[in-house]
Amino acid sequence: MSGDETTLRGDVLALEGVSVWLGGRQILDEVSFTLAPGDFAGLIGSNGAGKTTILRIIMGLQEPAEGKVLVDGRRLGRRNRSVGYVPQKVLIDPDAPLRARDLVALGLDGERVGPRIPSRRRRQLVDEMLEAVDAARFADARVGNLSGGEQQRVLIAHALISRPRLLLMDEPLANLDIRSGQEIVDLLARIACEQHIAVLLSAHDMNPLLPVMDRVVYVAGGRVAAGTTNEVVRTEVLSKLYGHPVNVLRVDGRVLVVSGSDVSLEAVPRQPQPGRPAAEATGRRGGGDV
Amino acid sequence: MGGVVNAVFAPGFFHSDPVRTALIAGAIVALVSGAVGVITVLRGQSFAGHALSALGTLGGSAAFLVGVSPLWGFLTSGVVVAGAMEAVGTQRRRGRDVATGLVLSTALGLSALLLYFDTIANSTTGVTITILFGSLFAISGITVPAMILLSLVCLAVLALLYRPLLLSSVSAELAAARGIPVRALGLAFLLLMALSAALSSVAVGTILSTALLIGPAATALRLTRRPAMAMAVAGAIGVISTWAGIVLAYDSYHWAPAGKGWPVSFFVVAVIFTLYLVADLGTRLQAARARDRRTGSPAAAQPLATVRSS
Ligand SMILES: Nc1ncnc2c1ncn2[C@@H]1O[C@H](COP(=O)(O)OP(=O)(O)O)[C@@H](O)[C@H]1O
Ligand SMILES: [Mg+2]
Repeated sequence: MSGDETTLRGDVLALEGVSVWLGGRQILDEVSFTLAPGDFAGLIGSNGAGKTTILRIIMGLQEPAEGKVLVDGRRLGRRNRSVGYVPQKVLIDPDAPLRARDLVALGLDGERVGPRIPSRRRRQLVDEMLEAVDAARFADARVGNLSGGEQQRVLIAHALISRPRLLLMDEPLANLDIRSGQEIVDLLARIACEQHIAVLLSAHDMNPLLPVMDRVVYVAGGRVAAGTTNEVVRTEVLSKLYGHPVNVLRVDGRVLVVSGSDVSLEAVPRQPQPGRPAAEATGRRGGGDV
Repeated sequence: MGGVVNAVFAPGFFHSDPVRTALIAGAIVALVSGAVGVITVLRGQSFAGHALSALGTLGGSAAFLVGVSPLWGFLTSGVVVAGAMEAVGTQRRRGRDVATGLVLSTALGLSALLLYFDTIANSTTGVTITILFGSLFAISGITVPAMILLSLVCLAVLALLYRPLLLSSVSAELAAARGIPVRALGLAFLLLMALSAALSSVAVGTILSTALLIGPAATALRLTRRPAMAMAVAGAIGVISTWAGIVLAYDSYHWAPAGKGWPVSFFVVAVIFTLYLVADLGTRLQAARARDRRTGSPAAAQPLATVRSS
Protein backbone atom coordinates (compact mmCIF):
# COMPACT_ATOMS: atom_id res chain seq x y z
CA MET A 1 0.00 0.00 0.00
CA SER A 2 3.06 2.29 0.05
CA GLY A 3 2.81 5.37 -2.10
CA ASP A 4 5.92 4.75 -4.15
CA GLU A 5 8.36 1.88 -4.24
CA THR A 6 11.09 3.74 -6.07
CA THR A 7 14.45 3.03 -4.46
CA LEU A 8 15.96 5.68 -6.70
CA ARG A 9 15.45 8.31 -4.01
CA GLY A 10 18.55 7.14 -2.13
CA ASP A 11 16.47 6.01 0.82
CA VAL A 12 17.86 6.59 4.27
CA LEU A 13 15.39 4.09 5.68
CA ALA A 14 13.63 1.11 4.11
CA LEU A 15 11.40 -1.42 5.86
CA GLU A 16 10.68 -4.44 3.70
CA GLY A 17 7.92 -6.84 4.69
CA VAL A 18 8.49 -6.50 8.44
CA SER A 19 6.30 -8.73 10.61
CA VAL A 20 6.38 -8.82 14.41
CA TRP A 21 4.75 -11.06 16.99
CA LEU A 22 4.67 -10.08 20.67
CA GLY A 23 3.21 -12.24 23.40
CA GLY A 24 1.75 -14.65 20.82
CA ARG A 25 -0.06 -11.84 18.99
CA GLN A 26 0.82 -10.43 15.59
CA ILE A 27 1.55 -6.73 16.04
CA LEU A 28 2.90 -5.86 12.58
CA ASP A 29 1.98 -7.59 9.34
CA GLU A 30 4.36 -7.16 6.38
CA VAL A 31 5.07 -3.49 6.99
CA SER A 32 6.98 -1.75 4.20
CA PHE A 33 7.86 1.91 3.71
CA THR A 34 10.81 4.14 2.88
CA LEU A 35 12.14 7.55 3.90
CA ALA A 36 14.49 9.81 1.97
CA PRO A 37 16.97 12.33 3.41
CA GLY A 38 15.24 15.56 4.37
CA ASP A 39 11.86 13.84 4.81
CA PHE A 40 9.80 14.92 7.76
CA ALA A 41 7.47 12.01 8.32
CA GLY A 42 4.70 11.41 10.83
CA LEU A 43 4.17 7.89 12.16
CA ILE A 44 0.48 8.17 12.88
CA GLY A 45 -1.76 5.68 14.65
CA SER A 46 -3.97 5.35 17.72
CA ASN A 47 -2.68 3.99 21.03
CA GLY A 48 -1.49 0.42 20.73
CA ALA A 49 -1.36 0.56 16.93
CA GLY A 50 2.33 -0.41 16.93
CA LYS A 51 4.17 2.90 16.52
CA THR A 52 6.68 2.28 19.31
CA THR A 53 7.21 -1.25 18.02
CA ILE A 54 8.09 0.10 14.56
CA LEU A 55 10.59 2.56 16.06
CA ARG A 56 12.19 -0.12 18.24
CA ILE A 57 12.50 -2.41 15.22
CA ILE A 58 14.25 0.35 13.29
CA MET A 59 16.61 0.95 16.23
CA GLY A 60 17.42 -2.76 16.36
CA LEU A 61 16.10 -2.95 19.95
CA GLN A 62 13.72 -5.66 18.77
CA GLU A 63 14.08 -8.31 16.08
CA PRO A 64 11.39 -8.69 13.43
CA ALA A 65 10.14 -12.24 12.84
CA GLU A 66 10.18 -11.60 9.11
CA GLY A 67 11.42 -8.90 6.77
CA LYS A 68 14.34 -6.56 7.00
CA VAL A 69 15.25 -3.03 7.94
CA LEU A 70 17.77 -1.14 5.86
CA VAL A 71 19.35 2.09 7.07
CA ASP A 72 21.32 3.77 4.34
CA GLY A 73 20.96 0.58 2.33
CA ARG A 74 22.62 -1.55 4.99
CA ARG A 75 21.31 -3.80 7.71
CA LEU A 76 21.63 -2.39 11.21
CA GLY A 77 24.69 -3.32 13.22
CA ARG A 78 24.52 -3.43 16.98
CA ARG A 79 26.26 -0.10 17.36
CA ASN A 80 24.39 2.14 15.09
CA ARG A 81 25.40 5.75 15.02
CA SER A 82 23.37 6.61 11.93
CA VAL A 83 20.07 6.50 13.82
CA GLY A 84 19.23 8.88 16.65
CA TYR A 85 16.40 7.93 19.01
CA VAL A 86 14.34 9.87 21.54
CA PRO A 87 12.18 7.43 23.50
CA GLN A 88 8.77 8.46 24.75
CA LYS A 89 9.37 8.25 28.47
CA VAL A 90 12.67 9.41 29.81
CA LEU A 91 12.14 10.08 33.49
CA ILE A 92 15.09 11.84 35.01
CA ASP A 93 15.33 12.35 38.76
CA PRO A 94 15.30 16.09 39.59
CA ASP A 95 18.18 15.49 42.02
CA ALA A 96 20.35 13.66 39.48
CA PRO A 97 23.75 15.33 39.19
CA LEU A 98 23.53 15.65 35.43
CA ARG A 99 23.55 18.92 33.54
CA ALA A 100 21.92 19.34 30.15
CA ARG A 101 25.38 19.54 28.62
CA ASP A 102 26.40 16.25 30.28
CA LEU A 103 23.48 14.43 28.69
CA VAL A 104 24.28 15.92 25.28
CA ALA A 105 27.94 14.91 25.66
CA LEU A 106 26.82 11.34 26.43
CA GLY A 107 25.22 11.38 22.98
CA LEU A 108 28.66 11.88 21.52
CA ASP A 109 30.43 8.96 23.18
CA GLY A 110 28.24 7.57 25.97
CA GLU A 111 28.90 3.98 24.91
CA ARG A 112 32.70 4.30 25.12
CA VAL A 113 34.66 2.55 27.82
CA GLY A 114 37.35 4.36 29.75
CA PRO A 115 37.58 7.77 31.39
CA ARG A 116 36.63 10.76 29.31
CA ILE A 117 39.37 13.14 28.35
CA PRO A 118 37.95 16.66 28.33
CA SER A 119 38.86 18.63 25.22
CA ARG A 120 38.03 22.03 23.77
CA ARG A 121 36.71 20.37 20.63
CA ARG A 122 34.21 18.23 22.56
CA ARG A 123 33.04 21.21 24.53
CA GLN A 124 32.63 23.21 21.37
CA LEU A 125 30.62 20.45 19.69
CA VAL A 126 28.31 20.24 22.70
CA ASP A 127 27.88 24.02 22.79
CA GLU A 128 27.06 24.13 19.08
CA MET A 129 24.49 21.36 19.44
CA LEU A 130 22.86 23.05 22.43
CA GLU A 131 22.74 26.26 20.41
CA ALA A 132 21.18 24.45 17.44
CA VAL A 133 18.23 23.25 19.51
CA ASP A 134 17.96 26.55 21.36
CA ALA A 135 18.97 25.00 24.67
CA ALA A 136 22.06 27.06 25.44
CA ARG A 137 20.15 29.02 28.10
CA PHE A 138 19.79 26.00 30.36
CA ALA A 139 22.97 24.15 29.38
CA ASP A 140 24.21 24.10 32.98
CA ALA A 141 20.91 23.33 34.71
CA ARG A 142 20.12 19.87 36.05
CA VAL A 143 18.27 17.95 33.33
CA GLY A 144 15.76 16.60 35.83
CA ASN A 145 14.71 20.13 36.76
CA LEU A 146 13.90 21.24 33.21
CA SER A 147 10.38 21.49 31.83
CA GLY A 148 9.07 18.85 29.41
CA GLY A 149 9.76 20.98 26.35
CA GLU A 150 13.26 21.87 27.54
CA GLN A 151 14.03 18.21 28.22
CA GLN A 152 12.84 17.31 24.72
CA ARG A 153 15.32 19.81 23.27
CA VAL A 154 18.16 18.34 25.31
CA LEU A 155 17.19 14.81 24.25
CA ILE A 156 17.06 15.90 20.61
CA ALA A 157 20.56 17.37 20.99
CA HIS A 158 21.68 14.10 22.63
CA ALA A 159 20.32 12.14 19.66
CA LEU A 160 21.68 14.49 16.98
CA ILE A 161 25.20 15.20 18.21
CA SER A 162 26.58 11.99 16.68
CA ARG A 163 25.31 13.23 13.29
CA PRO A 164 22.80 10.49 12.48
CA ARG A 165 21.12 10.25 9.08
CA LEU A 166 17.79 9.44 10.64
CA LEU A 167 16.10 10.73 13.79
CA LEU A 168 13.32 8.76 15.46
CA MET A 169 11.09 10.45 18.02
CA ASP A 170 8.46 8.54 19.99
CA GLU A 171 5.43 10.71 20.80
CA PRO A 172 7.42 13.87 21.56
CA LEU A 173 4.19 15.88 21.77
CA ALA A 174 2.37 13.56 24.16
CA ASN A 175 3.34 15.40 27.34
CA LEU A 176 3.73 18.92 26.03
CA ASP A 177 1.34 21.84 25.97
CA ILE A 178 0.29 22.96 22.48
CA ARG A 179 2.73 25.83 22.33
CA SER A 180 5.87 23.88 23.36
CA GLY A 181 4.74 21.06 21.08
CA GLN A 182 4.54 23.45 18.15
CA GLU A 183 8.02 24.80 18.95
CA ILE A 184 9.44 21.27 18.96
CA VAL A 185 7.75 20.43 15.65
CA ASP A 186 9.10 23.62 14.04
CA LEU A 187 12.58 22.90 15.41
CA LEU A 188 12.54 19.36 14.00
CA ALA A 189 11.28 20.51 10.62
CA ARG A 190 14.08 23.06 10.49
CA ILE A 191 16.69 20.46 11.45
CA ALA A 192 15.42 17.95 8.88
CA CYS A 193 15.73 20.62 6.21
CA GLU A 194 19.08 22.17 7.27
CA GLN A 195 20.94 18.98 8.11
CA HIS A 196 19.28 16.95 5.38
CA ILE A 197 18.34 14.11 7.73
CA ALA A 198 15.11 12.16 7.79
CA VAL A 199 12.87 12.61 10.83
CA LEU A 200 10.24 10.03 11.76
CA LEU A 201 8.00 11.24 14.55
CA SER A 202 5.20 9.20 16.08
CA ALA A 203 1.95 10.80 17.18
CA HIS A 204 -1.62 9.72 17.80
CA ASP A 205 -2.90 13.06 16.50
CA MET A 206 -1.60 14.18 13.11
CA ASN A 207 -2.97 17.71 13.27
CA PRO A 208 -0.04 19.46 14.96
CA LEU A 209 2.20 17.96 12.25
CA LEU A 210 0.14 18.86 9.21
CA PRO A 211 1.87 22.18 8.44
CA VAL A 212 5.35 20.63 8.25
CA MET A 213 4.86 16.95 7.46
CA ASP A 214 6.14 15.71 4.06
CA ARG A 215 5.08 12.14 4.47
CA VAL A 216 2.69 10.07 6.55
CA VAL A 217 3.20 6.52 7.69
CA TYR A 218 -0.26 5.61 8.94
CA VAL A 219 -0.47 2.53 11.20
CA ALA A 220 -3.67 0.59 11.82
CA GLY A 221 -4.48 -3.06 12.27
CA GLY A 222 -0.82 -4.04 12.07
CA ARG A 223 -0.41 -2.63 8.56
CA VAL A 224 0.74 0.74 7.28
CA ALA A 225 -0.12 3.11 4.47
CA ALA A 226 2.74 5.42 3.53
CA GLY A 227 3.07 8.35 1.17
CA THR A 228 2.48 12.08 1.10
CA THR A 229 -0.26 13.43 3.32
CA ASN A 230 -2.55 13.89 0.34
CA GLU A 231 -1.93 10.37 -0.91
CA VAL A 232 -2.57 8.67 2.42
CA VAL A 233 -5.07 10.70 4.40
CA ARG A 234 -8.02 9.88 2.14
CA THR A 235 -11.25 8.10 2.74
CA GLU A 236 -10.54 5.21 0.30
CA VAL A 237 -6.97 4.62 1.48
CA LEU A 238 -7.71 4.65 5.21
CA SER A 239 -10.94 2.63 4.81
CA LYS A 240 -8.92 -0.07 3.10
CA LEU A 241 -6.22 0.10 5.81
CA TYR A 242 -8.71 -0.08 8.70
CA GLY A 243 -10.67 -2.78 6.89
CA HIS A 244 -13.94 -0.96 7.54
CA PRO A 245 -15.38 2.30 6.22
CA VAL A 246 -13.94 5.49 7.70
CA ASN A 247 -14.42 9.09 6.65
CA VAL A 248 -11.64 11.64 6.39
CA LEU A 249 -13.10 15.03 7.22
CA ARG A 250 -11.36 18.34 6.86
CA VAL A 251 -12.71 20.93 9.24
CA ASP A 252 -11.11 24.32 9.75
CA GLY A 253 -7.81 23.04 8.37
CA ARG A 254 -7.87 20.10 10.78
CA VAL A 255 -8.16 16.51 9.70
CA LEU A 256 -10.54 14.13 11.45
CA VAL A 257 -10.66 10.43 10.81
CA VAL A 258 -14.17 9.32 11.67
CA SER A 259 -15.53 5.82 11.73
CA GLY A 260 -17.89 5.58 8.75
CA SER A 261 -20.68 3.56 10.30
CA ASP A 262 -21.23 5.59 13.45
CA VAL A 263 -20.26 8.93 14.93
CA SER A 264 -17.43 7.81 17.23
CA LEU A 265 -14.42 9.94 16.50
CA GLU A 266 -10.93 8.55 16.03
CA ALA A 267 -9.48 11.95 16.52
CA VAL A 268 -11.47 14.34 18.64
CA PRO A 269 -11.09 17.96 17.50
CA ARG A 270 -9.78 20.37 20.06
CA GLN A 271 -10.53 24.06 20.25
CA PRO A 272 -8.93 26.01 17.39
CA GLN A 273 -5.51 27.21 18.50
CA PRO A 274 -5.36 30.92 19.20
CA GLY A 275 -2.75 32.78 17.23
CA ARG A 276 -2.45 29.96 14.72
CA PRO A 277 -4.61 30.69 11.73
CA ALA A 278 -6.07 27.59 10.16
CA ALA A 279 -3.19 25.76 8.58
CA GLU A 280 -3.94 24.04 5.32
CA ALA A 281 -4.00 20.28 5.57
CA THR A 282 -2.09 20.21 2.33
CA GLY A 283 0.83 22.24 3.68
CA ARG A 284 4.16 20.78 2.59
CA ARG A 285 6.37 22.95 4.74
CA GLY A 286 4.91 26.10 3.23
CA GLY A 287 7.00 28.95 1.86
CA GLY A 288 8.91 30.80 4.56
CA ASP A 289 9.24 28.20 7.28
CA VAL A 290 10.02 30.42 10.29
CA MET B 1 47.67 26.06 69.90
CA GLY B 2 49.17 22.88 71.27
CA GLY B 3 46.38 22.86 73.80
CA VAL B 4 43.69 22.83 71.10
CA VAL B 5 45.42 19.98 69.25
CA ASN B 6 45.66 18.03 72.47
CA ALA B 7 42.02 18.69 73.25
CA VAL B 8 40.88 17.35 69.87
CA PHE B 9 43.36 14.52 69.46
CA ALA B 10 43.69 12.65 72.73
CA PRO B 11 47.27 11.77 73.76
CA GLY B 12 48.68 8.80 71.87
CA PHE B 13 46.34 9.24 68.86
CA PHE B 14 49.12 9.54 66.30
CA HIS B 15 51.22 6.76 67.78
CA SER B 16 48.59 4.06 67.92
CA ASP B 17 48.72 1.25 65.36
CA PRO B 18 44.98 0.51 65.47
CA VAL B 19 44.30 4.20 64.86
CA ARG B 20 46.61 4.26 61.86
CA THR B 21 45.00 1.14 60.41
CA ALA B 22 41.55 2.60 61.05
CA LEU B 23 42.44 5.88 59.31
CA ILE B 24 43.75 4.07 56.22
CA ALA B 25 40.95 1.49 56.02
CA GLY B 26 38.30 4.10 56.72
CA ALA B 27 39.54 6.37 53.95
CA ILE B 28 39.69 3.57 51.35
CA VAL B 29 36.22 2.34 52.18
CA ALA B 30 34.77 5.85 52.15
CA LEU B 31 36.21 6.67 48.72
CA VAL B 32 34.79 3.50 47.16
CA SER B 33 31.41 3.83 48.89
CA GLY B 34 31.08 7.46 47.82
CA ALA B 35 31.76 6.78 44.15
CA VAL B 36 29.59 3.65 44.00
CA GLY B 37 26.93 5.38 46.13
CA VAL B 38 26.35 8.21 43.65
CA ILE B 39 25.59 5.74 40.84
CA THR B 40 23.48 3.65 43.25
CA VAL B 41 21.32 6.64 44.13
CA LEU B 42 21.12 7.66 40.48
CA ARG B 43 19.92 4.17 39.53
CA GLY B 44 17.44 4.08 42.42
CA GLN B 45 19.08 0.94 43.80
CA SER B 46 19.55 2.02 47.41
CA PHE B 47 17.46 -0.89 48.65
CA ALA B 48 19.47 -3.37 46.60
CA GLY B 49 22.61 -1.88 48.19
CA HIS B 50 21.14 -2.35 51.64
CA ALA B 51 20.08 -5.92 50.89
CA LEU B 52 23.54 -6.75 49.56
CA SER B 53 25.26 -5.67 52.76
CA ALA B 54 22.58 -7.02 55.12
CA LEU B 55 22.86 -10.43 53.46
CA GLY B 56 26.62 -10.13 53.93
CA THR B 57 25.94 -10.86 57.61
CA LEU B 58 25.48 -14.50 56.67
CA GLY B 59 28.84 -14.68 54.90
CA GLY B 60 30.61 -12.66 57.59
CA SER B 61 29.39 -14.82 60.45
CA ALA B 62 30.20 -18.00 58.51
CA ALA B 63 33.72 -16.69 57.82
CA PHE B 64 34.21 -16.06 61.54
CA LEU B 65 33.15 -19.62 62.29
CA VAL B 66 35.73 -21.12 59.93
CA GLY B 67 38.36 -18.67 61.12
CA VAL B 68 38.99 -16.42 58.11
CA SER B 69 38.61 -12.68 57.84
CA PRO B 70 34.95 -11.58 57.59
CA LEU B 71 35.95 -9.59 54.48
CA TRP B 72 36.00 -12.82 52.46
CA GLY B 73 32.67 -13.88 53.88
CA PHE B 74 31.10 -10.53 53.01
CA LEU B 75 32.57 -10.74 49.53
CA THR B 76 31.41 -14.28 48.80
CA SER B 77 27.85 -13.72 49.95
CA GLY B 78 27.78 -10.37 48.10
CA VAL B 79 28.69 -11.98 44.80
CA VAL B 80 26.16 -14.78 45.28
CA VAL B 81 23.41 -12.33 46.23
CA ALA B 82 24.23 -10.03 43.28
CA GLY B 83 23.84 -12.98 40.91
CA ALA B 84 20.54 -13.95 42.53
CA MET B 85 19.26 -10.35 42.34
CA GLU B 86 20.02 -10.22 38.63
CA ALA B 87 18.05 -13.42 38.08
CA VAL B 88 15.10 -12.21 40.16
CA GLY B 89 15.28 -8.68 38.79
CA THR B 90 14.43 -9.77 35.28
CA GLN B 91 11.22 -11.39 36.44
CA ARG B 92 8.04 -9.45 36.64
CA ARG B 93 7.93 -6.72 39.21
CA ARG B 94 4.94 -8.21 40.97
CA GLY B 95 6.11 -10.43 43.78
CA ARG B 96 9.68 -9.22 43.59
CA ASP B 97 9.41 -7.22 46.82
CA VAL B 98 7.88 -10.20 48.58
CA ALA B 99 10.60 -12.55 47.34
CA THR B 100 13.34 -10.09 48.33
CA GLY B 101 11.87 -9.52 51.78
CA LEU B 102 11.47 -13.25 52.38
CA VAL B 103 15.03 -14.09 51.32
CA LEU B 104 16.43 -11.18 53.32
CA SER B 105 14.73 -12.16 56.56
CA THR B 106 15.50 -15.86 56.14
CA ALA B 107 19.18 -15.10 55.57
CA LEU B 108 19.25 -12.83 58.62
CA GLY B 109 17.61 -15.56 60.69
CA LEU B 110 20.29 -17.98 59.56
CA SER B 111 22.90 -15.35 60.42
CA ALA B 112 21.50 -15.15 63.94
CA LEU B 113 22.16 -18.88 64.31
CA LEU B 114 25.72 -18.62 62.97
CA LEU B 115 26.45 -15.60 65.19
CA TYR B 116 25.19 -17.64 68.15
CA PHE B 117 27.67 -20.41 67.26
CA ASP B 118 30.37 -17.75 66.87
CA THR B 119 29.75 -16.40 70.38
CA ILE B 120 29.83 -19.90 71.87
CA ALA B 121 33.09 -20.71 70.08
CA ASN B 122 34.70 -17.44 71.19
CA SER B 123 32.84 -17.12 74.49
CA THR B 124 32.34 -13.42 73.76
CA THR B 125 29.57 -11.30 72.27
CA GLY B 126 32.08 -9.07 70.46
CA VAL B 127 31.69 -10.99 67.21
CA THR B 128 28.05 -10.08 66.78
CA ILE B 129 28.77 -6.40 67.34
CA THR B 130 31.75 -6.50 64.97
CA ILE B 131 29.78 -8.12 62.14
CA LEU B 132 26.64 -6.05 62.50
CA PHE B 133 28.07 -2.69 63.51
CA GLY B 134 31.73 -2.98 62.54
CA SER B 135 34.75 -1.70 64.33
CA LEU B 136 37.38 0.32 62.55
CA PHE B 137 39.76 -0.20 65.51
CA ALA B 138 39.43 -3.98 65.28
CA ILE B 139 40.56 -4.32 61.66
CA SER B 140 43.67 -6.44 61.57
CA GLY B 141 46.64 -5.00 59.74
CA ILE B 142 46.78 -8.07 57.49
CA THR B 143 43.39 -7.26 55.97
CA VAL B 144 44.39 -3.76 54.89
CA PRO B 145 46.47 -4.68 51.79
CA ALA B 146 43.59 -6.85 50.53
CA MET B 147 41.18 -3.96 51.12
CA ILE B 148 43.45 -1.57 49.21
CA LEU B 149 43.69 -4.00 46.30
CA LEU B 150 39.94 -4.59 46.12
CA SER B 151 39.26 -0.85 46.29
CA LEU B 152 41.63 -0.18 43.44
CA VAL B 153 39.90 -2.87 41.37
CA CYS B 154 36.51 -1.37 42.18
CA LEU B 155 37.55 2.20 41.34
CA ALA B 156 39.31 1.10 38.13
CA VAL B 157 36.22 -0.78 36.88
CA LEU B 158 34.07 2.20 37.80
CA ALA B 159 36.32 4.56 35.83
CA LEU B 160 36.29 2.17 32.89
CA LEU B 161 32.49 1.84 32.80
CA TYR B 162 31.80 5.43 33.83
CA ARG B 163 30.09 6.72 30.69
CA PRO B 164 27.94 3.68 29.79
CA LEU B 165 27.01 3.32 33.46
CA LEU B 166 26.00 6.96 33.73
CA LEU B 167 23.89 6.84 30.57
CA SER B 168 22.17 3.58 31.48
CA SER B 169 21.45 4.93 34.96
CA VAL B 170 19.78 8.00 33.47
CA SER B 171 17.74 5.97 30.99
CA ALA B 172 18.07 2.30 30.08
CA GLU B 173 16.23 3.02 26.85
CA LEU B 174 18.68 5.73 25.76
CA ALA B 175 21.60 3.46 26.64
CA ALA B 176 20.16 0.52 24.70
CA ALA B 177 19.62 2.82 21.72
CA ARG B 178 23.36 3.47 21.67
CA GLY B 179 24.15 -0.23 21.65
CA ILE B 180 25.10 -0.46 25.33
CA PRO B 181 24.44 -3.97 26.73
CA VAL B 182 22.23 -2.67 29.52
CA ARG B 183 21.58 -5.98 31.25
CA ALA B 184 25.23 -7.06 31.42
CA LEU B 185 26.12 -3.60 32.65
CA GLY B 186 23.45 -3.88 35.37
CA LEU B 187 25.02 -7.12 36.59
CA ALA B 188 28.49 -5.57 36.51
CA PHE B 189 27.24 -2.73 38.69
CA LEU B 190 25.58 -5.13 41.14
CA LEU B 191 28.97 -6.82 41.52
CA LEU B 192 30.62 -3.44 42.14
CA MET B 193 27.99 -2.75 44.78
CA ALA B 194 28.71 -6.14 46.37
CA LEU B 195 32.42 -5.33 46.46
CA SER B 196 31.81 -1.92 47.94
CA ALA B 197 29.35 -3.34 50.51
CA ALA B 198 31.92 -5.97 51.57
CA LEU B 199 34.55 -3.29 52.13
CA SER B 200 32.29 -0.97 54.07
CA SER B 201 30.90 -3.86 56.15
CA VAL B 202 34.41 -4.45 57.46
CA ALA B 203 34.54 -0.82 58.54
CA VAL B 204 31.08 -0.01 59.86
CA GLY B 205 29.33 -3.39 59.84
CA THR B 206 26.67 -4.91 57.62
CA ILE B 207 23.82 -2.84 59.02
CA LEU B 208 25.50 0.56 58.86
CA SER B 209 27.30 0.07 55.57
CA THR B 210 24.25 1.49 53.78
CA ALA B 211 24.83 4.76 55.62
CA LEU B 212 28.30 5.03 54.13
CA LEU B 213 26.96 4.13 50.67
CA ILE B 214 23.94 6.42 50.55
CA GLY B 215 24.64 9.23 53.04
CA PRO B 216 27.68 10.92 51.46
CA ALA B 217 26.18 10.37 47.98
CA ALA B 218 22.92 12.04 48.96
CA THR B 219 24.85 14.98 50.41
CA ALA B 220 27.01 15.26 47.28
CA LEU B 221 23.92 15.39 45.04
CA ARG B 222 22.90 18.55 46.87
CA LEU B 223 26.28 20.16 46.45
CA THR B 224 27.14 19.63 42.79
CA ARG B 225 25.46 19.15 39.42
CA ARG B 226 28.33 17.30 37.79
CA PRO B 227 28.31 13.51 37.87
CA ALA B 228 32.06 12.88 38.24
CA MET B 229 32.34 15.71 40.74
CA ALA B 230 29.49 14.22 42.77
CA MET B 231 31.42 10.95 43.03
CA ALA B 232 34.54 12.76 44.22
CA VAL B 233 32.62 14.94 46.67
CA ALA B 234 30.82 11.90 48.09
CA GLY B 235 34.17 10.18 48.57
CA ALA B 236 35.58 13.25 50.32
CA ILE B 237 32.56 13.54 52.60
CA GLY B 238 32.94 9.87 53.46
CA VAL B 239 36.62 10.30 54.32
CA ILE B 240 35.90 13.34 56.49
CA SER B 241 33.12 11.47 58.28
CA THR B 242 35.15 8.35 59.01
CA TRP B 243 38.17 10.33 60.15
CA ALA B 244 36.07 12.59 62.36
CA GLY B 245 34.39 9.48 63.73
CA ILE B 246 37.75 7.92 64.54
CA VAL B 247 38.99 11.05 66.35
CA LEU B 248 35.79 11.31 68.39
CA ALA B 249 35.81 7.60 69.23
CA TYR B 250 39.41 7.83 70.39
CA ASP B 251 38.49 10.82 72.56
CA SER B 252 35.54 8.94 74.01
CA TYR B 253 37.85 6.58 75.91
CA HIS B 254 37.86 9.32 78.52
CA TRP B 255 34.09 9.68 78.52
CA ALA B 256 31.33 8.21 80.64
CA PRO B 257 30.12 5.70 81.47
CA ALA B 258 32.79 3.03 81.34
CA GLY B 259 35.84 4.78 79.94
CA LYS B 260 36.08 2.04 77.33
CA GLY B 261 35.28 4.18 74.31
CA TRP B 262 32.03 4.59 72.41
CA PRO B 263 31.55 2.61 69.18
CA VAL B 264 33.31 4.35 66.32
CA SER B 265 30.51 3.43 63.88
CA PHE B 266 28.11 5.55 65.90
CA PHE B 267 30.29 8.61 65.42
CA VAL B 268 30.84 7.96 61.71
CA VAL B 269 27.14 7.65 60.99
CA ALA B 270 26.34 10.65 63.21
CA VAL B 271 28.80 12.84 61.28
CA ILE B 272 27.45 11.60 57.90
CA PHE B 273 23.91 12.44 58.96
CA THR B 274 24.88 15.85 60.34
CA LEU B 275 26.67 16.78 57.11
CA TYR B 276 23.60 15.73 55.13
CA LEU B 277 21.32 17.90 57.27
CA VAL B 278 23.65 20.88 56.93
CA ALA B 279 23.89 20.48 53.13
CA ASP B 280 20.13 20.03 52.82
CA LEU B 281 19.42 23.10 54.92
CA GLY B 282 22.02 25.09 53.00
CA THR B 283 20.55 24.27 49.59
CA ARG B 284 17.03 24.97 50.82
CA LEU B 285 18.06 28.39 52.12
CA GLN B 286 19.86 29.09 48.87
CA ALA B 287 16.84 28.08 46.80
CA ALA B 288 14.57 30.25 48.94
CA ARG B 289 16.88 33.22 48.54
CA ALA B 290 17.01 32.68 44.76
CA ARG B 291 13.22 32.57 44.71
CA ASP B 292 13.01 35.80 46.69
CA ARG B 293 15.40 37.48 44.30
CA ARG B 294 13.35 36.38 41.31
CA THR B 295 10.02 37.47 42.78
CA GLY B 296 11.54 40.63 44.23
CA SER B 297 11.78 43.86 42.27
CA PRO B 298 10.89 42.59 38.73
CA ALA B 299 7.49 41.47 40.01
CA ALA B 300 6.42 45.10 40.26
CA ALA B 301 6.47 45.31 36.48
CA GLN B 302 4.16 42.33 36.10
CA PRO B 303 0.43 42.82 35.52
CA LEU B 304 -0.48 40.86 38.65
CA ALA B 305 1.24 43.42 40.85
CA THR B 306 -0.50 46.24 39.01
CA VAL B 307 -3.88 44.66 39.63
CA ARG B 308 -3.11 44.28 43.29
CA SER B 309 -1.99 47.88 43.69
CA SER B 310 -5.03 49.38 41.95
N1 LIG C 1 6.60 -6.78 25.11
C1 LIG C 1 5.35 -6.92 24.66
N2 LIG C 1 4.68 -8.08 24.82
C2 LIG C 1 3.43 -8.23 24.36
N3 LIG C 1 2.73 -7.28 23.72
C3 LIG C 1 3.33 -6.10 23.52
C4 LIG C 1 4.67 -5.86 23.98
N4 LIG C 1 4.99 -4.60 23.65
C5 LIG C 1 3.93 -4.08 23.01
N5 LIG C 1 2.94 -4.99 22.93
C6 LIG C 1 1.63 -4.79 22.27
O1 LIG C 1 1.90 -4.37 20.96
C7 LIG C 1 0.92 -3.43 20.54
C8 LIG C 1 1.61 -2.23 19.96
O2 LIG C 1 2.28 -1.56 20.98
P1 LIG C 1 3.05 -0.21 20.74
O3 LIG C 1 3.97 -0.39 19.60
O4 LIG C 1 3.65 0.21 22.03
O5 LIG C 1 1.86 0.77 20.33
P2 LIG C 1 1.85 2.36 20.21
O6 LIG C 1 3.24 2.84 20.42
O7 LIG C 1 1.33 2.63 18.83
O8 LIG C 1 0.89 2.86 21.23
C9 LIG C 1 0.07 -3.12 21.76
O9 LIG C 1 -1.15 -3.78 21.62
C10 LIG C 1 0.85 -3.68 22.91
O10 LIG C 1 -0.01 -4.16 23.90
MG1 LIG D 1 3.97 4.09 21.94
